[in-house]
Amino acid sequence: MTIQDWFEKRKEAQIQRRALEAKVEVEGNPDLWTKCVHCDSQLLKKDLEDNDMVCPVCDYHFRINATKRIKQLFDEGSFEELFKDIKPTDPLNFVDTEPYKDRLEKAHAKTNLDEAVITGLASIEGHRMAAAVMDFDYMGGSMGSVVGEKVTRLIEKAIELKLPVLAITSSGGARMQESALSLMQMAKTSCACSRLDDAGLLYVNLLTEPTFGGVTASFGTLGDIIVAEQGARIGFAGRRVIEQTIRQKLPSDFQTAEYLLKYGQVDVVSSRKDLRKTLANIFAMHNN
Amino acid sequence: MTVLDFEKPIMEIQEKIEELKKISAESGMDLNKEIETFEQQADDYKKELYANLKPSQKLQIARHPERPNFLDYVNLMCTDFVELHGDREGMDDRAIIGGLAKLDGRPVMIIGTMKGKSTKENLEYNFGMPQPQGYRKALRLFKHASKFKLPIITIIDTPGAYPGISAEETGQGVAIATNLRDMAKLEVPVIAIISGEGCSGGALGLAVANRVYLLEHAYYTVISPEGCASILFRDASKAAVAADALKITAPDLMKFNIIDGDIKEPVGGAHNDYDLMAKNMKETILSALSDLDKMSPEELKNDRYNKFRRMGAYLE
Repeated sequence: MTIQDWFEKRKEAQIQRRALEAKVEVEGNPDLWTKCVHCDSQLLKKDLEDNDMVCPVCDYHFRINATKRIKQLFDEGSFEELFKDIKPTDPLNFVDTEPYKDRLEKAHAKTNLDEAVITGLASIEGHRMAAAVMDFDYMGGSMGSVVGEKVTRLIEKAIELKLPVLAITSSGGARMQESALSLMQMAKTSCACSRLDDAGLLYVNLLTEPTFGGVTASFGTLGDIIVAEQGARIGFAGRRVIEQTIRQKLPSDFQTAEYLLKYGQVDVVSSRKDLRKTLANIFAMHNN
Repeated sequence: MTVLDFEKPIMEIQEKIEELKKISAESGMDLNKEIETFEQQADDYKKELYANLKPSQKLQIARHPERPNFLDYVNLMCTDFVELHGDREGMDDRAIIGGLAKLDGRPVMIIGTMKGKSTKENLEYNFGMPQPQGYRKALRLFKHASKFKLPIITIIDTPGAYPGISAEETGQGVAIATNLRDMAKLEVPVIAIISGEGCSGGALGLAVANRVYLLEHAYYTVISPEGCASILFRDASKAAVAADALKITAPDLMKFNIIDGDIKEPVGGAHNDYDLMAKNMKETILSALSDLDKMSPEELKNDRYNKFRRMGAYLE
């Protein structure tokens, strides 16, 4: 055990002890506290954040937004955003219970993002790459024209710069409010993947909680290597749709990263803590 | 024949005509003039009705139980069909059928989703909902066609890829994704026709083509109007409203450059005249082929890439 490992272990043990103590005594400012959605433990928000939003008690991986993901995964200060100026519009004048335009504004207000993906150049342990990072908090990470366009441009940029690509997905699927235009983003991004493939550049997918529908059925799973984050739910059809179709209950671990690993659908399942190391290792072995 | 609710006025006129004919025959009265007027009226009404259908009404025609299916079109348009079965990995998904055939004497690869017309048939074809193995079979045939320079024609009528346990376990998502990616690499003309329901990724998985056409009353959408209604409108009974909002019919899809054109259906829908429908479809295919024949393999690939590359609406 290296000194670093020892400190790491000690820190983890401390967090765990404090979380357990917190279970017993929950007083003071409620803003400081939160509950694990999985094991119900009372957690100090700060501890949860210090632990990369992984429950110190049960190891449940909370979903994280794109900004946190970028901060946690890439080398500090290495992320250089591209294509930020591509913004959504409302080509169909779509109105459901609420106009699409209003939904876009609300999503922007909630996340301070212009769309459900952030694209740019970055590095992990020194390995340079083009990266797309999706954000579920922006309209369920759904893929509309902007997501499709940004991912496609990123892939084209990677081909131009001869860089490998990492796509980190977190998405409910296609953006219904853009109807067939959003469906076509599946074709557009996949066609771009075919050129990336022809160029012989490495493409890695990191599937995170949750990745479904049109993203799973396009650029989200076309990687040469597919890594899934521990506990992430990944699938084509939603659980409810399947249950309604086959009229039976599904096992609780259905469509989890671990379940898909068992069925040969992903290459690697990694905990959040190990992701940097896992990805750096993979990129390091494709350096030529 | 199944009569759709909005078609009932036509049935009523037709019943009246029959009645008049009966009276005329029994009484010997000359009612030819009246009958002719009614027939003219019925004709005009029909033309008017079917030319102005609402999306939710087109939906009913697109899903008509007697609508021609993939094998009907193959039999009516082609000769010498040889079905090629299986994904070579343990399954022959019956929801996607494909094979070699001659179109106007020219060998082609023709592939499509298959629906049945009876319960028994529908069970065999899984209501036109493919499994991953169906998409993999299609890809095998696409690659074969590309290798032997055979143009590819796909005919699509599906409510979507099958949402089931084994479909997830065997990679429904990645199977469709792989088709989208690898169709971009095909070195032969690819023509896709949405002949009925073109639902979501399940339809797109056969439709990364140089030319995409929609039948007059077919629809093409990211999600079924019912699914959209229950998710976005939180009310499954709002499917007709969702069908309007989603802009799923040919004129709207042409406006957004998603399809290259529509193919006229016989008055009342494709199920009223299989021969005429197949004739119109064949004409569209042959005319598209004669255009695409002028392109080199590289040009065909670029044409397909650029077609989808342009799709989308955003501000910059």
